[in-house]
Amino acid sequence: MARITFQRLEDHSTLFWGLLGLHALIVALGLGAAYYMEHHGHVVTGMNNAVVWGMPHVFAVFLIVSASGALNVASISSVFNKLAYKPFARLSGILAIALLVGGLIVLVLDLGRPDRLTVAMTTYNFKSIFAWNIYLYIGFIAIVGVYLFTMMDRGVSQTPTATRTVGWLAFGWRLALTTGTGSIFGFLVAREAFDSAIMAPLFIAASFLYGLAFTVLVLFTMCRETRQMLMGEEMIQSFRGLMIVFSFALLYFTAVKHLTSLYASEHHGVEAFILRDGGIYTALFWIGHVLVGNILPIAILAFGSGEARPFSERQAMTIASVLALMGGLAFMYVTIIGGQAYPLNLFPGMETSSSFLDGEVARYAPSLPEVMLGVAGISIAMLVVGIAIKVLPFLPRGESVTA
Amino acid sequence: MIAKADEANGGCGAGCSCATRASDAGEATATTRTVEGADPVDVGRRWFMKAATAFSTTVIAPGVTLMAFAESDPAIARPADQPVSSKHRFGLLIDLAKCPSGCSDCVTACSTENGWKLNGRPETDAQWIRKLTVTNRKDGSSFSLPMMCQHCADPPCVDVCPTGASFKRADGIVLVDKHICIGCRYCMMACPYKARSFIHEPLEDQKPHAPRGKGCVESCTMCVHRVDAGGTPACVEACAKAGHSAMIFGDLNDPASEIAKRVATYRTTRIRDDLGTDPGVYYQNL
Amino acid sequence: MLFSTWKKRLLTVVAIAIAITGAMTPVIAGPPQPAKGRGDKCVADTEWMRRNHMTALHHKRDDTVHEGVRTKTFSLTGCIDCHQVAGTDGRAVTVADPKHFCRTCHDYTAVSVDCFQCHASRPGDPVTTGSADSGHHPPGAAADIAALDRYLKEVGR
Repeated sequence: MARITFQRLEDHSTLFWGLLGLHALIVALGLGAAYYMEHHGHVVTGMNNAVVWGMPHVFAVFLIVSASGALNVASISSVFNKLAYKPFARLSGILAIALLVGGLIVLVLDLGRPDRLTVAMTTYNFKSIFAWNIYLYIGFIAIVGVYLFTMMDRGVSQTPTATRTVGWLAFGWRLALTTGTGSIFGFLVAREAFDSAIMAPLFIAASFLYGLAFTVLVLFTMCRETRQMLMGEEMIQSFRGLMIVFSFALLYFTAVKHLTSLYASEHHGVEAFILRDGGIYTALFWIGHVLVGNILPIAILAFGSGEARPFSERQAMTIASVLALMGGLAFMYVTIIGGQAYPLNLFPGMETSSSFLDGEVARYAPSLPEVMLGVAGISIAMLVVGIAIKVLPFLPRGESVTA
Repeated sequence: MIAKADEANGGCGAGCSCATRASDAGEATATTRTVEGADPVDVGRRWFMKAATAFSTTVIAPGVTLMAFAESDPAIARPADQPVSSKHRFGLLIDLAKCPSGCSDCVTACSTENGWKLNGRPETDAQWIRKLTVTNRKDGSSFSLPMMCQHCADPPCVDVCPTGASFKRADGIVLVDKHICIGCRYCMMACPYKARSFIHEPLEDQKPHAPRGKGCVESCTMCVHRVDAGGTPACVEACAKAGHSAMIFGDLNDPASEIAKRVATYRTTRIRDDLGTDPGVYYQNL
Repeated sequence: MLFSTWKKRLLTVVAIAIAITGAMTPVIAGPPQPAKGRGDKCVADTEWMRRNHMTALHHKRDDTVHEGVRTKTFSLTGCIDCHQVAGTDGRAVTVADPKHFCRTCHDYTAVSVDCFQCHASRPGDPVTTGSADSGHHPPGAAADIAALDRYLKEVGR
């Protein structure tokens, strides 16, 4: 392969400015929504004393999970030594940071007391997996920052050991990070929908898929923007293969999680709720997560493109990525909100009722402000990426990649 | 220390000039500390101590005796200046045979005492204690019980709290330090008893002894302000007043206490005991 | 000619500015005069309190919440009790009223505090404890000294 050269975005199209403007607008609306929620209290959201985490958390966890997955491409290039992925390693790194920052901002703005961010940063309970996560997040941003430096600095990038070492560290850290994110739920002993060690690998599998989908979509957008072929046909084939594998992995862990639960009589109630009787949650699980998020993308990638097929390779990848991300949001919604909507089991085998709505499936209807805040998280991430690739050379030059 | 303080202010009643001398005393102690060069000194606290010494010797006449806790339970009473100790483990015992299903005096008393009220929005209104109806699916038989924070010895809410706002006092009472609660609600995710509420709306006219406000999580405090004064929680008091006396409060660690004797003598149940959280609320005749 | 019009305009603007300033003067004139508290004197010297009340309250808050130490000195409810200001309805005013003791200075110095988002800003009914006395307000002086003694020992250890 020829020497890889990189470029900053110049000579912007209307599309670029349009996207940037759109994201800026959404971010502004999201911040307004956060202020509104902060001013009136969470009563203006759909969240309540049973469903304590709502739409902001769906988006925040989705973004945080995707962030670690977005580092895939960089890891493959430096940890697994696949040169073909190297041109996209920089973009992969900055995308990972951007997605994480987007998710964290949503998480913080949803706090009951966002004004006490300094308390959260200075007062720790080290037994809390949440507190560990704060370190994992900060560490991830720092390590990926150094990783980017080793890739982009003229001097340091000449010594492959530096990139390799930091690459390994970043790879290990991103696994720890998603283990931490999954364990936020896995460590909850009293919630039947979560209480399982499999939440960590399940989230890791999800992160691989969603991170790659984000990477692919950003790359295609940039191909259009630069009017260059940033990815050769071979690369697209590789991404296609990876996406199919990741999707199967996610389906596998989903199946194991639910099969394990189904085997134990104790968990029949919660499984029946998610898989059969849960209304919106059941629909989102089967149609959103399983069908749209995994089966359709696999089908489109495997059979949808090529000669005499409906889509070109690029179209198939784009559609599959969009579907995977939509499925991702559905997966988060079922996991986080469905898991809370199922009532706590205070007296196993008995039915409970009270003025505090014990024993009832919790009602939850997301309100506009909390959805705005959540969506703004994605826009924050895209805004960060948009500005970053304009300021620094994160993108490869088309001719140096496909030549 | 009283003697020392007297020395510092020369035994006089009060006066600003004495403050300087008292402050010097504090300084001297602090200096010794530094010279010894042991653990690092908490500068903020030392500074505070100097200032506090100055004011206390200025203002407070020596020789004031501790106030007597005339009517309080001598086994529980503790001077106001003494920190809580792990010698005690406070808990509740609720005898369901004496708890009529139609009565909710404990709930009303708690609401009055701590200033929470239902605004007709059961999903977002705070409830520190509630009457729970439990029905057997097989035969339809049912009973009711008061449900509130179970003041676990190993509370999941305390484990998960990122800032340590959710904490267990040495005497076993589980509380939220609302000064450092950031409102993340992770404790509500972790609590097996649905015992916690999040304040969804701005509040006004709180009770002075029960501070509560928008954006923080809260739950039953076992009327910690009463317990600290040697009293009993409002629910227990109301239950007795209603003539049921189904609830008793006391020190589980004190074998001579009524609650410890009852727990030792009768078969009692704790809710979701299988989770291993070691709740401090016992139910009899459940 | 043009120049003089300009001058006139400037004069008008200055006059208006002075008028506005004059109208606002009562609001910002001089240091604030917070209402006097009840009793002979504060728990500490006024000068000291002005400088250090926040540290004292902060320290006390942790002792009270985590250790259950409920001495009267530096207790926020103690401050609120002594420094209540009667409103037109006869009850003490809340922090919503600019006459509130805390607000008189905090408005003046533009320092906002969030104590009263949770804490009551005026005294409530006397506390009952079930079987004991009104617990949170013991005279507590000796207790305070004992507490200080402990801390000093801790510092001197």
